[in-house]
Amino acid sequence: MADIKVAAYICKGCGLGERLDADALVKIAQKDGKVPLAKSHDFLCNADGVAMIQNDITNEGVTHIMIGACSRRAKTEAFFFPENAVARANLREGVIWIRPDTDEARETTQEMAEDYIRMGCAEVKAMTAPTANAAAGSSKTLLVVGGGVTGMTTAIEASKTGYPVVLVEKTGALGGWAAKLYKRVPVHEPYKSPADTGVGELVSQVLGDSNIKVYLNATVAKTDGAPGRFVVDIATESGATHTEDIGAIVQASGFTLYDMNKLPELGAGKSANVVDQAGLEALAIAAASGDGVIRRPSDNQPVKSVVFVQCAGQRDPSGTHLAYCSGYCCNTSIKQAMYFKDANPSIDTTIIYSDLRTPGNGEDFYRSAQEKGVIFTKGKVAEVVPNGATSTVKFNDLILGDTDASILDVDLVVLATGQVPNSGINIDAPAGVEEEGVVQIKPISILNLTYRQGKDVPQLKQGFTDSHFICFPYETRRTGIYTAGPVRRPMDIAQAREDATGAALKSIQALENAELGRAAHPRSGDLSFPKVRLEGCTQCKRCTVECPFGAIDEDEKRFPVFNESRCRRCGTCMGACPVRVISFENYSVNTVGAQIKAVDMPDEFSEKPRILILACENDAYPALDMAGMSRNEYSAFVRIIPIRCLGSVNTIWITDALNAGYDGVMLMGCKSGDEYQCHFVKGSELGRVRMSKIDDTLKTLNLESERVRDLEVAITDIERVPEMINKYAAELVAVGPSPFKGF
Amino acid sequence: MSANTAVADKYRNNFLKEIEEQVEMGDWVKMCMQCGVCSGSCPTNFQSAWEHPPQELFMMIRAGKREEVLTSSSMWNCTSCYNCIVRCPRKIPITHIMHGIAEYAHRIGLAPKMQATRFFSGLFWKNCTQTGRVNELKLSMGLYFKDGFASGIREGMKMKDIAIGMVLAKRLNPFELFGGHKCKDQKGIQAMLKKAYEIEHARKAAKMAG
Repeated sequence: MADIKVAAYICKGCGLGERLDADALVKIAQKDGKVPLAKSHDFLCNADGVAMIQNDITNEGVTHIMIGACSRRAKTEAFFFPENAVARANLREGVIWIRPDTDEARETTQEMAEDYIRMGCAEVKAMTAPTANAAAGSSKTLLVVGGGVTGMTTAIEASKTGYPVVLVEKTGALGGWAAKLYKRVPVHEPYKSPADTGVGELVSQVLGDSNIKVYLNATVAKTDGAPGRFVVDIATESGATHTEDIGAIVQASGFTLYDMNKLPELGAGKSANVVDQAGLEALAIAAASGDGVIRRPSDNQPVKSVVFVQCAGQRDPSGTHLAYCSGYCCNTSIKQAMYFKDANPSIDTTIIYSDLRTPGNGEDFYRSAQEKGVIFTKGKVAEVVPNGATSTVKFNDLILGDTDASILDVDLVVLATGQVPNSGINIDAPAGVEEEGVVQIKPISILNLTYRQGKDVPQLKQGFTDSHFICFPYETRRTGIYTAGPVRRPMDIAQAREDATGAALKSIQALENAELGRAAHPRSGDLSFPKVRLEGCTQCKRCTVECPFGAIDEDEKRFPVFNESRCRRCGTCMGACPVRVISFENYSVNTVGAQIKAVDMPDEFSEKPRILILACENDAYPALDMAGMSRNEYSAFVRIIPIRCLGSVNTIWITDALNAGYDGVMLMGCKSGDEYQCHFVKGSELGRVRMSKIDDTLKTLNLESERVRDLEVAITDIERVPEMINKYAAELVAVGPSPFKGF
Repeated sequence: MSANTAVADKYRNNFLKEIEEQVEMGDWVKMCMQCGVCSGSCPTNFQSAWEHPPQELFMMIRAGKREEVLTSSSMWNCTSCYNCIVRCPRKIPITHIMHGIAEYAHRIGLAPKMQATRFFSGLFWKNCTQTGRVNELKLSMGLYFKDGFASGIREGMKMKDIAIGMVLAKRLNPFELFGGHKCKDQKGIQAMLKKAYEIEHARKAAKMAG
């Protein structure tokens, strides 16, 4: 912290000069901000203004820069000084655009701007310019777990881009499910008939690529490290273990068909002539190698009538079976019905569906099946009753309203049972408790991570791997580890190949950023990372438990071990730390705390309350900026500080603010819970859990609970947020001024 | 053996195939995807005139409900407005299929005897093919007396004011009841229609037999 020189620059462009007294702001920066060098400029973001700042950096030795102009979200390219600490006072979107241009409002508007200058000066002094993480690894090798269509596509795409790949496959052959198919749903014009799977070609491409190292009959025994420097132990069937240095990981562990034996009412297990979709593929392959006639498993007689039961054990609202639609099975049943119709049009093929969902170009495929004479019946199958070699399918005909409809003498019944992800261990499940209604997944770890929080990537409630499904669907909650294919969500081959390509590119991005020691996502390019003052640590483990991304491990003395390359820079650890020893170079308990304290607090008789708003920089802050752009006015009594995430809010800020005489504190964060919108997945949820305990603090301070307000804000709330602010400001008038003013 | 039992025997359990082969444009029935846009578009269906809307008829055909479909009065209610054809996302010629099914039910003797549309169609055909011109007076009177003499008088009297007005305006000539005027070559037109009927009949008979 030696030798810092701070400079403040006030812009007069965009109407700032007309609406605000820039000379007074310069004086505030000098007097209250204690900045030795303060200047104003007519048009700070133009070449001349930027050159002025650059000149001061070069010739005056300025290290810390405070820019009082537009929002920190605007003009980021002009005000880009990577060697310096930079703070921005939001005078445009945050002050003049949200205030009316009237004589009465002039005084409060100027006060607002002056406070933001004070806050900016205080913030920048508490910052240092971030330097990249030094503990970065530089491995460029990609590990692909799973040798199915998804895994092979990822390997091929990454190899084409020039990155070496290690591919680990559990079985003795590449190909996965797709290798067990007779044919696949077509992906090219005219979408009329089943097409070749193309798996053989993929396999030979993988095996012929010297850039791809394949381990068959192998599993991942241990994954240690962080993006750019993973060390992975691969256990092979022979008992030998190979160790590989890996930069990033793609988990393409695929799916298992939902066990049809859980559906005895549909005849599964009662008759050999009731099969699942994989069972029919096997029959079709057997037929193709013989005379082309698909035969009943029970007595080898040719199949003359076949019924496909859609949604078998899927879309079940009762919670007994899968709750979701797997999305691919309608097209698959259409394809399988064509196996019969293409061979012999006189075979009766009926597909009983409740909603036919044919993604991609499936609609053409569906039409083609109708032309070929496949009968589509809208209904819900109640029961399959095997009777000797044939079965009776009883169903509720939803079009004709016939609850007692049935199809007699069916030779073969095919159940479309859907996909269950192979996502490894559910690390969030309470140990030893089997939750009712939740599908149990084989508890075999896929990645065997040495992370403190568990061996596999976290899951969503259906067992699919968790990702930010709105903004960053590819990302898992483990940086540098991507899941692709049906382990991420149910999908077909075409979607899986697209998914695989995306995951290959994403993982390359992750390992390249890891080498440069910066964040890949969502704060891409961010060089800051959490630094911990271990001598103050009390080993409480809150940071290691709460980190949404499993970035923090524990050493044998239970001190936190930060893996910077796994970090997404949300600051949840910083908000969690009760002794406040975790901070970022440019974002810390201090940078925000100093801003809170820098505000000039009017006395209780001035009738000028002060409301502190801590706004999430991902959603709430842009919403506030956009409110400014739309000139949606709000109270001049608020002072807004952007925060990285609600999870980074340390309760000391709230206590400090209330002690300093703020009348109220508003927290603006994203939606949490199952349908979260938080960029850091768990950040807003953890922040809210912490804030729910703020009532105790308020009680000890003898304050009303209205003084702290938690608000869920989405980026689209451009009109709602100003309304909520004004409403809160009015409520606080009723509550009365804070008794802590003037101390 | 009646025409009905002959074809029923021929197709046994495959009613869809029977419709595909015997009904005009019947091979489109399998293409229906049950969206129901036809039913929603039908102007007559707002009065619940249809026991089974078109997409339901198609599903009944696929489900093999032969008796119910062919004796139904539903397809006879079609007014040929073509709304369903215009709107069908599958481009199914629904109007033509409705008439096709009706015609087939009539051909094999399963159509409801006194269904109004069917009765009118027969009346109209007889009326216009006899003289080569439609005799409006005879046609409308035939309709009034459809359900017997007493109800014919009763229904007819309801319209007497309009009828008198039309006579005064010279839009209705009561003497048309006796003979009425004819087209120039009455014999020729009858011969032409007879030939057409023979060709059509031979074609359909061959289909039903073959």
